[in-house]
Amino acid sequence: MNNLFVYCEIEDGVIGDVSLELLTKGRSLANQLNCQLEAVVIGHNLKGIEKLIFPFGVDVLHLADDKRLAPFTTMPHSSILIKLFQEEKPQIALMGATSVGRDLGPRISSALHSGLTADCTSLEIGTHEDKKTNKVYENLLYQIRPAFGGNIVATIINPDCRPQMATVREGVMKKEICDANYEGRINQLDVANYVSDADFAIAVIERHMEKSKINIKSSPILISGGYGMGSKDGFKMLFDLATAIGGEVGASRAAVDSGFCEHERQIGQTGVTVRPKLYIACGISGQIQHIAGMQESAMVIAINNDPAAPINAIADYVITGDVETIIPKIIKYYKQNSK
Amino acid sequence: MVLAKQVPDTRNVGKDAMTAEGTVNRAALPAIFNPEDLNALEQALRLKDSIPGTTVTVITMGPFRAAEVIRESLYRGADGGYVLSDRAFAGSDTLATSYALSCAIRNLKDIDLIICGRQAIDGDTAQVGSQVAEKLGMNQITYAEEIVSVKDGIIRVKRRVEKGVEVLEGPFPMLVTVNSSAASCRPRNAKLLMKYKYARIPNELQASNEDYTTLCNSRDFLQIGEWSVNDIVCDPAELGLGGSPTKVKKIENVVFQAKESKTFTASDNDIECLIQELISNHTIG
Repeated sequence: MNNLFVYCEIEDGVIGDVSLELLTKGRSLANQLNCQLEAVVIGHNLKGIEKLIFPFGVDVLHLADDKRLAPFTTMPHSSILIKLFQEEKPQIALMGATSVGRDLGPRISSALHSGLTADCTSLEIGTHEDKKTNKVYENLLYQIRPAFGGNIVATIINPDCRPQMATVREGVMKKEICDANYEGRINQLDVANYVSDADFAIAVIERHMEKSKINIKSSPILISGGYGMGSKDGFKMLFDLATAIGGEVGASRAAVDSGFCEHERQIGQTGVTVRPKLYIACGISGQIQHIAGMQESAMVIAINNDPAAPINAIADYVITGDVETIIPKIIKYYKQNSK
Repeated sequence: MVLAKQVPDTRNVGKDAMTAEGTVNRAALPAIFNPEDLNALEQALRLKDSIPGTTVTVITMGPFRAAEVIRESLYRGADGGYVLSDRAFAGSDTLATSYALSCAIRNLKDIDLIICGRQAIDGDTAQVGSQVAEKLGMNQITYAEEIVSVKDGIIRVKRRVEKGVEVLEGPFPMLVTVNSSAASCRPRNAKLLMKYKYARIPNELQASNEDYTTLCNSRDFLQIGEWSVNDIVCDPAELGLGGSPTKVKKIENVVFQAKESKTFTASDNDIECLIQELISNHTIG
């Protein structure tokens, strides 16, 4: 009762990074709240999965293991979570802001009439005083997220409804093992008690999942292009630069929306959050929703023909001018000066 | 049935989008048809094209001017629409919104399929679709890229998620949310534009300077439905701000800590200096 729950995504026996990041965050929130951290894994062939989960400081692992539960479909997973939450009454429930968590979360919040905040960038514990009723709420979950295209940051709370639910994107929180020998308890759920045949009305006919080949999250150098790159052809220059200095290519939402490159490369509030050693922003004006996804970069170079572009405010180096002339020069002088 | 939303265009936010007090200056942002809802409308219109007897009805919730969304849908081939508008809905979070929408949808009979955009660009939450499905007790398929087929009450949908594609199949009634990777919506049809140009909701007729009342009253197809809280069966406690479990505690204008930055020009000399500096401090190379 009154504990913190994390729904863990699983694919081919591997727990999603976003879930492990949430367990890490969940552990620290649970310490603050002085409650237990509980994880839920729903899938098939889950034997031994606890070895991946307990080191993150999980006290109780709820397992629903049935061959009909993998791959993920909405209804059985939501039925299990809804009933489990009704029994266990968690104060907080977290899930990844992925196609799974964003499919499942709203359904559960609707059934339990609890508030859900999508795509939080920060989670904190705090108090709230209702000015009308003078009621003070202790230990609420502050769900902090950018809103309105990232132009404002809103702190959302759910004073009265439980669980307080939030989704968080992959890469936003840090993943850290709490204790390799942490001892938790397994609660094996009797799946038949949680699902009905009607939950399996949707059949998976085909499924092609690939490991994403693009990994902008772990690249130490990122060259990122915005709308100012002008076209898909303009983006080629960024790939040239990336090849020359050894980095990956990222993009702003405006560039992705304009079809300059694939969505997997999108950095920002609705894309990936990155923390590279060097971030080169080319033709990116620096809308807040983009900056939110890269502001923790160790060093930022901004190339933009607008000297007043917002990105310049957070850049260590600002080059003012046309990207088309500057990037070839960077490549040229890099080749000349590196051995 | 298509659910659509009128949203402020947050994609190209200019400098005047925020007021000095740090609130959003809605007047500076054009109101547009939420992009993914247009993708959703296209999927619906394709079904109408391929399956005789299909009727496409659009529902939107918002202020009276949201009737523009219905008109845009009519121009593209929708059969009719309703604007759900009432002060009682003001301040709704996603849960209160989906409750109001689901109550409105119950007004209409024989709905096999509800299609909506995956998310709206002003909130990016992707919650209302799934919540409406839950409230109506329907199955849902989210992140759809294409409705592949509809046959004997079974719908087959291709969905695109982070790591790949999936094809799912399930029975009606069903709610499908559509991604931006789906086909773009067809343009307005000139004939339909002429036909529906003066389609109005009753409230627009009252507010308008020009009087189209006689015209609209004489032509049924120009009358867009308007529902207030009195036209739907609902529990008022579940609506609006009061019916919303989430509360906004505070809103901050985003201000990033400005760094001390070095400025360079595009000259060869400047670029070479920068590169040498980066190599010498081992940032690159």
